Amino acid sequence: MSRNDGRKDTSASAFRKIDVDQYSDNNFKEEDADGGVGAPTGPDENEILTLLSQYPLQSSRGKNAEALISVLKSAPLECKNQQIKDSARNLTLKVLLSIKSNQMDDCLAQLDRDLVDVLMKYIYRGFEIPTEGSSSHLLIWHEKVFNISGVGCIVRVFSDSKRA
Amino acid sequence: MTEIYNFGVDAISCHAWNRDRTEVAICPNNNEIQVHRRTSSGWKLLETMEEHDMAVMGIDWSPKTNRIVTCSADKNAYVWTQKEDGKWDPAWVLLRINRAATCVKWSPLENKFAVGSGGRVIAICYFASENNWWLCKHIKRPLRSTVTTVDWHPDNKVLVAGSTDYKVRVFSAFISDIDDAPGTTPWGQSNTLGTLLAEFPNTPNGGGWIHSVAFSPCGNKICWVAHNSSICVADATKGNAVMRLYTEHLPFLSCVWIGSNNIVAAGHSCMPMLYSIDDNGQIYFASKLDNTQKKEIAGLSAMRKFQSLDRQARNETNDNALDSMHQNTINCIRRVSDHEFSTSSLDGQLVVWDLKVICVLCVILLLIIMIYSNLSFFFFIKLLENSIAGLKIV
Repeated sequence: MSRNDGRKDTSASAFRKIDVDQYSDNNFKEEDADGGVGAPTGPDENEILTLLSQYPLQSSRGKNAEALISVLKSAPLECKNQQIKDSARNLTLKVLLSIKSNQMDDCLAQLDRDLVDVLMKYIYRGFEIPTEGSSSHLLIWHEKVFNISGVGCIVRVFSDSKRA
Repeated sequence: MTEIYNFGVDAISCHAWNRDRTEVAICPNNNEIQVHRRTSSGWKLLETMEEHDMAVMGIDWSPKTNRIVTCSADKNAYVWTQKEDGKWDPAWVLLRINRAATCVKWSPLENKFAVGSGGRVIAICYFASENNWWLCKHIKRPLRSTVTTVDWHPDNKVLVAGSTDYKVRVFSAFISDIDDAPGTTPWGQSNTLGTLLAEFPNTPNGGGWIHSVAFSPCGNKICWVAHNSSICVADATKGNAVMRLYTEHLPFLSCVWIGSNNIVAAGHSCMPMLYSIDDNGQIYFASKLDNTQKKEIAGLSAMRKFQSLDRQARNETNDNALDSMHQNTINCIRRVSDHEFSTSSLDGQLVVWDLKVICVLCVILLLIIMIYSNLSFFFFIKLLENSIAGLKIV
């Protein structure tokens, strides 16, 4: 056998692909850590859209904030069904993009800290799937949320396992 | 107010003090442990201990029996005892773990210590005098991932551990060979090793590696900090109720109790913060303990300002010094006395903070600021409240 062949042998790494940990009974599973999973169905689309469409008739403190709170409260973060998550995401982004920048402060004032964290998760999710003009609008949201909750809420977007 | 020490090392990954704080053991973020003694002309390096092959992950110095225990990523732990000539002598500990040892802590009676490991086990080690040998017993279930931090209950028989499976667990660490009688605490009966007494998920949102856990001085509460920038307290006397505070800072890496209602936490944001617990058990932010002003670069002037504006179209100078005492992540906090604690950081500095002095200075500083500036009265009261909250504890 030539030297070269020998070198080829030692560089073989196929054996490294065996995950020895999978044979352990005490293995870590992400679902275990997340606790029991219910059956969240996500926000009610009709309700949100009704709230949004009512906006022009109402005062500036009207239904937009209500729509935002409602959509964030029913966010299916722990849901395993990607379809439900996607439709909730689309709906949330629709609400976020329909709130004008001069109304944002009003809306944010009505959110508690936990909902602000959820909001930040959807802002980052929105950056992942940009549409025409959405990112610039989300950046304004981002700035305002950052002023309230600081870097802590950005850290939570990445560290929480229940994602938007 | 604060004392800043430099040992001529680039980074300090952990540190531990001896009983009377005249000596300190530090790890310069490699496989060495350095012991320094305080002298009138500064710190003197007494000894460099090089028994570990890989990075040292934890050091603990027992005050009464004067022994140092260290653990390392090379899967070993050593107990160091001082010989007559002052040199330290290592004794190898049989840990029986197959991953790195990540953290180590002496028990309050100093007759055993706990080592956390990446192999999903905690080794409770004790000295078997008939064999002249350190032995250990394992706690395995239901740990699902690397144990990153451990702390002992003052009764010497209960242990709390934080882990990267996002959970904090309280275990019985009763060793029948050396412990006389089973203990009873608000956490439950501890009569067999490894009994799970309590388990807390870090957050209902899932996620967040636990970085540090600590028992309160009375042992009825535990505090932990995790990678989702949160600080949490669980109280055994209130049915294991958990209070969580999601902060607006970067994640904390270390936390210690100062008194029964105050916690100092520090980490990636490079400043120690003081949190307190009110009568309802709620955690609230008390004060920022680092009021260092940014060091101004010599010659910072209008000229310089315009230069930077002209060259870089920027309004600020391009210095990257942080607005804090530490210039890098703080990864270890140690209690020094009732009102003092020390922090070590990846910038190579060790700082001893005195809460008493800090709080008095805060109030004085605020008074001066108010007198010399047109600070609105309301704002001043708000700041004063923060300082007084800090003052109350000392």
